[in-house]
Amino acid sequence: MEMPEPAPAQHDLGGNPRFRCTPVEPDADAPPDDFGKRVDALRVVLREKGLLTTDEQRLNIESLPEAEYFGLTYYEKWLRAIAAVMLAKGAVTWEDLQ
Amino acid sequence: MSVGGHAAGRGVGEIATARFQAGQKVRVKDARPERVARLHLRTPHYVRGRMGVVERALGTFPNPEDIAFNRPAEPRVLYHVLFDQPPVWNEGEPGDTLLIELFEHWLEEA
Repeated sequence: MEMPEPAPAQHDLGGNPRFRCTPVEPDADAPPDDFGKRVDALRVVLREKGLLTTDEQRLNIESLPEAEYFGLTYYEKWLRAIAAVMLAKGAVTWEDLQ
Repeated sequence: MSVGGHAAGRGVGEIATARFQAGQKVRVKDARPERVARLHLRTPHYVRGRMGVVERALGTFPNPEDIAFNRPAEPRVLYHVLFDQPPVWNEGEPGDTLLIELFEHWLEEA
């Protein structure tokens, strides 16, 4: 018996009918708010200090639970991923983040 | 659609070692290694196992599959590979194409 094809990773969306006909929001129509700018600044500082790479950040965004992956805003997902990497590296503790 | 992606011409290394030439037919490896472990793969599921044509080599870049886990990352050649779109998603007009950035270790001679 043939095994059914497993679902692709949640970020691997090309051709997924769920998102067909969903309008794309151009970046120019959604500039970062103050929260987004602070998250981006944090990312830049951590990258300069060698604590965070783009691919570490992406991996942790793509690993978010489905409800968060599709529910959080763009920069909220960034912050979640940054926190995950910093916790895993011991740069911060979960108690620091409370 | 490459958010922070590898724009053409910004390759970080030489491409003298490129295994594939422009115009060469290639097949994307039909692998699903993410079934085995949590991996950071940049090859979309919908082109795996499909035939495409190398448009050009873009440069070499540290392998994101390693960077994502903070491991030393070997430089790998990145290519633009062109696919016919209609068979990929069963939609589109004849002549529609998809251009995808793919790393050399995901490609084989077709």
